Amino acid sequence: MENRLIASSSPHIRSDETVSRIMLDVIIALIPAFIASVYYFGLASVKITILSVLTAVIAEVACQKAMKRPVTIRDLSAVVTGILLAFNLPPSVPWWIPIVGSAFAIIIGKQVFGGIGHNFINPALAGRAMLATSWPVIMTNWVNPAGVDAVSTATPLAIMKETTASLPPLSDLFLGRIPGCLGETSAILLIIGGIYLVYRGVITWRIPVAYIGTVAVISLITEGSITGMTYHLFAGGLMLGAIYMATDYSSSPVTPKGKIIYGIGAGLVTMLIRKASTLPEGVSYSILLMNVAAPLIDKYTSPKVFGGVKK
Amino acid sequence: MNGFKYLKNGLINENPTFVQLLGMCPTLAVTTSAENGMGMGLATTAVLIGSNIAISLLRKVIPDKIRIPAFVVVIATFVTIIDMFMHAYALDLYKSLGLFIPLIVVNCLILGRAEAFASKNSVGASILDAIGMGLGFTIALTILGSVRELIGAGSIFGYTIIGGAYKPALIMILPPGAFIALGLLIGLVNYISRKKAA
Repeated sequence: MENRLIASSSPHIRSDETVSRIMLDVIIALIPAFIASVYYFGLASVKITILSVLTAVIAEVACQKAMKRPVTIRDLSAVVTGILLAFNLPPSVPWWIPIVGSAFAIIIGKQVFGGIGHNFINPALAGRAMLATSWPVIMTNWVNPAGVDAVSTATPLAIMKETTASLPPLSDLFLGRIPGCLGETSAILLIIGGIYLVYRGVITWRIPVAYIGTVAVISLITEGSITGMTYHLFAGGLMLGAIYMATDYSSSPVTPKGKIIYGIGAGLVTMLIRKASTLPEGVSYSILLMNVAAPLIDKYTSPKVFGGVKK
Repeated sequence: MNGFKYLKNGLINENPTFVQLLGMCPTLAVTTSAENGMGMGLATTAVLIGSNIAISLLRKVIPDKIRIPAFVVVIATFVTIIDMFMHAYALDLYKSLGLFIPLIVVNCLILGRAEAFASKNSVGASILDAIGMGLGFTIALTILGSVRELIGAGSIFGYTIIGGAYKPALIMILPPGAFIALGLLIGLVNYISRKKAA
């Protein structure tokens, strides 16, 4: 009886849209790409994904217990981080790479800053950047998909940049039959997952469209042909990055205008790294850089408060 | 105040690196190994002792309005002496620290102690303060350098600690590793000191 008289703080009307529901949608959207990666890269991809997800969940529990915070693994955000990190690893990595990367992603990338909603960069990308800086050789050891043998090879973007070897046909690019990270290769399945997420209202179209559009325009100018542009769009981690990583809630801008600016910025940095630096691929670093810029973008694009005083 | 209190103040209570966050530039830049961290710490300590003595002796002569330029000149003198000394007797360390030896001049720890302590206290107290602060800085840099070297190269002071199949995480001896290691160490120090206070 007493409890009925106490008014709780807002919101008073609740929807069934919870963190775990959103994260579950992201996982559903990633499943097709995961199945494709198992098909192309075999059991290695299952092993890496399981290790990465398990470590992420264990690290989250351990951290929250140690910091005496409520344990929130049921919101599935650690699972998503684990999957995304695994999708960013080459299939040939040794077993300890997903473990180290995933633990770093959760502990340093997320929990140290206060857990879900407080991370200023995408945790999975923080883990990937740490791995790529620490073990550059292991992290760029690509293998051919549906492997005859696990032969080291180059990604299409690296071929475009450094060698004159022949590029894989465009059809392979769409399906994902190209060397690359686990989950980034199958462009079509990633796009289908992205459309599902937009349909479910988990993400808006703004960041992915602005990001991919910017890369399309710049690569059309620099490569001078539709074919060249297509390789830039589908060969690297752009789809995975633009749809699943750049749209992380807490590390991307909130305002609609800010999202467009953020996407364009990420596209510019990606193409700058691809064309003007020594690295063949720049999606992960471009998103990390824009993550850091997100609060600034929000500050300058937030709508005027009605009735506020003019400064 | 007794001498021990000054020492403890610099080593623990007001540790220049972990508590006051002074002199971050050398702290982050040169601690790629335990040896470099310790070398930098000792060089800074030597300058600090010299400058604290000189400034404490001159404290009644230096006009208040131009005290900062006067302090900087005193500090620069000692830095030049240390710079030449290391060039002559510790060439390897001199080479690996490079530009950061002359940059001790602008280490705010030294100017900070001159301004906050030596210009107001007796010579004896200033020496003890310099030793405490200097050793606190040295120990902090050595710990930071050891942690980074251990994870980033598998060794401490050049001796292999983790060998075999261990593949060192290069990031720890690169600039990002400095920030990560320092942040975690400060967190650890805060955790311990808070537990002690409670």
